[in-house]
Amino acid sequence: MELFLQQVVGGIATGGIYACMALAVVMIYQAIHHLNFAQGEMATFSTFIAWTLLAYGLPYLAVFPLAIAISFVGGFAVERIVFKPIEHAPVLTHIVVFIALYSIFNSAMGFIWDFSIKTVPSPFPPGRFLGSNLISNHQAGMIAITLVVLVLLFLFFAYTRIGLAMRAAAANPDSARLVGIRTSFMTALGWGMASAIGAVAGILIAPLVFLEPNMMLTILLYGFAGAVLGGLTSPPGAVLGGFIVGIVENLAGTYIPVIGGELKLTIALALIVGVLVFKPAGLLGRRIVQRV
Amino acid sequence: MATTDDASLAKRASLPASVDVAEPRTPLLSMGNVGLALTLAALLALPFFTEGFFVFQMTKVLTYAVAIMGLNLLTGFNGQFSLGHGAFFAIGAYTTAILVEMGGFGFLATLPFAALICFGFGFLFGFPALRLEGIYLALATFALAVATPQILKLSPLEGLTGGVQGIYLFSETFGEPPVPSWAPVQSIFGVDEFDAGTYWVYLVTVAVVVLTYWILTNLVGSRTGRAMMAIRDNPIAARSMGVNAAFYKTVAFGVSAAVVGVAGGIGAASTKFVAPDSFTFFVSVSFLVGLVVGGVGWLPGALIGGAFIVFVPNYAEEVSKGLSGAFFGIFLILMIYLAPNGVGGLIRAAADRIRRRSD
Repeated sequence: MELFLQQVVGGIATGGIYACMALAVVMIYQAIHHLNFAQGEMATFSTFIAWTLLAYGLPYLAVFPLAIAISFVGGFAVERIVFKPIEHAPVLTHIVVFIALYSIFNSAMGFIWDFSIKTVPSPFPPGRFLGSNLISNHQAGMIAITLVVLVLLFLFFAYTRIGLAMRAAAANPDSARLVGIRTSFMTALGWGMASAIGAVAGILIAPLVFLEPNMMLTILLYGFAGAVLGGLTSPPGAVLGGFIVGIVENLAGTYIPVIGGELKLTIALALIVGVLVFKPAGLLGRRIVQRV
Repeated sequence: MATTDDASLAKRASLPASVDVAEPRTPLLSMGNVGLALTLAALLALPFFTEGFFVFQMTKVLTYAVAIMGLNLLTGFNGQFSLGHGAFFAIGAYTTAILVEMGGFGFLATLPFAALICFGFGFLFGFPALRLEGIYLALATFALAVATPQILKLSPLEGLTGGVQGIYLFSETFGEPPVPSWAPVQSIFGVDEFDAGTYWVYLVTVAVVVLTYWILTNLVGSRTGRAMMAIRDNPIAARSMGVNAAFYKTVAFGVSAAVVGVAGGIGAASTKFVAPDSFTFFVSVSFLVGLVVGGVGWLPGALIGGAFIVFVPNYAEEVSKGLSGAFFGIFLILMIYLAPNGVGGLIRAAADRIRRRSD
């Protein structure tokens, strides 16, 4: 029983990483109804920017908001430059452009910062959280920040005019345009926000896993798994899903002998396929009904 | 073309300019057929004029072409996406490697097994894929592609797959694929025993390309192919006309995986080595890129796509070392903007113009 509890708490700690990433995935899904396969690379790029700013000697408290702001502008610009022209193109076109972006960011990072691993400092004091031996201060801090981001998002979407406009633009673009909402601008805004949340995720994850250009590919897969599990239409669901994925991963690694450390990505694969087949709406998501 | 008969003209007139209309009575000397014959002649003549390394590279191009044709059946003709066909490529490659090294098979004899096993896996993966559409299918197959190297490293399978180290092929013949005694590769091309293997694999690959193209064009032109395209164009209408969507979608997945598996088998024989880390997400990505560059829904485009993924990264590397991936990506985006139907679309547009002028 004690082992079980330990593994659950450990799972929640790693689940924080996935929750963060899942939140960014859901954010972009809300805005464009697509999954951005380049999201992990964009987040890593933001993290490299933060790393560079830190290397210039700027204090962490200045770097964190600065990197997020740069990422927001970057995400906004990517949508305006790359995706605006293909707004109404078929799904395959979008997937190919996501893959192209993936390739561009990955290669640019290798070119600018090379492929050697780098360490990113944590803003939290070193050591274990409240003296427990399961979860470090950084992991606890990361979970707290994820929850803060979630609350901020909720407040933004529920209580601000622009949040309402973004929801309207995503739910029914035609009607939204008729009441005067600039839907295409809202899409770009969604990209910016997703990119900013990705930056938060990247900067918080980097101290735990080492920074290098391929840091995010597998984490993005877990983020997808968390987002799908919680429901692609629901930000709280994404966070919940992320934590569950962390716990499932840890428990499966402990109790199913073959899996151990070597099959963890297969768990994400099984979760994604399983949830999409049996409960496509996820735990907290809305069921999408198609009109014929 | 003056020789085009009335039936196919009428057909062309009544159908919108869509992809690959199956024409029942195409004249033998149509522009398309002449183009294909010339391409085949060039491929067969190539080893006489070039060196071993270029032959090896062309084998790679053709291997990718086979895989792209397989993916094209699924995406271009059945409308299902896959970012995970690298997994089937890996299964095919390992099937060939294991049969050659442990079963003592000749490389040629392993290809049907690669096809069969991949058909099985593809057919099985087709079942969950049935319930996933568009972006969700892309996501599920993306997960498959990312997880593949880890599955290949799985310790209970290590006796078979060689774990992280992978498998070196043809260890009994000093790392070169043995040429069967009935194939006089050495005397025809005037190469030594050491190079003969490379040429042999090349010839087999050309044969596989021809065979795959022949099978897939016939499949696409058949009743099955029309059902697949109907599902792609309007699943609901197809279903209400009595097309068994579940059956055709899983079969499309299976056949597509089988073709990619054969490509994997050839790939293993030409690189003479398989290891988990050669089957990363990028393999699946390059298939998709090749498909888009060649033209979705146009089978001959696979050759162009294959050449693109083998040669363009090399040239990009020469322009700027380290930034080749970025050039690759930028090229792809420009391609989407300027030629959304791929190089194949440009070629067909040009051919149409010539045809109209000659009428």
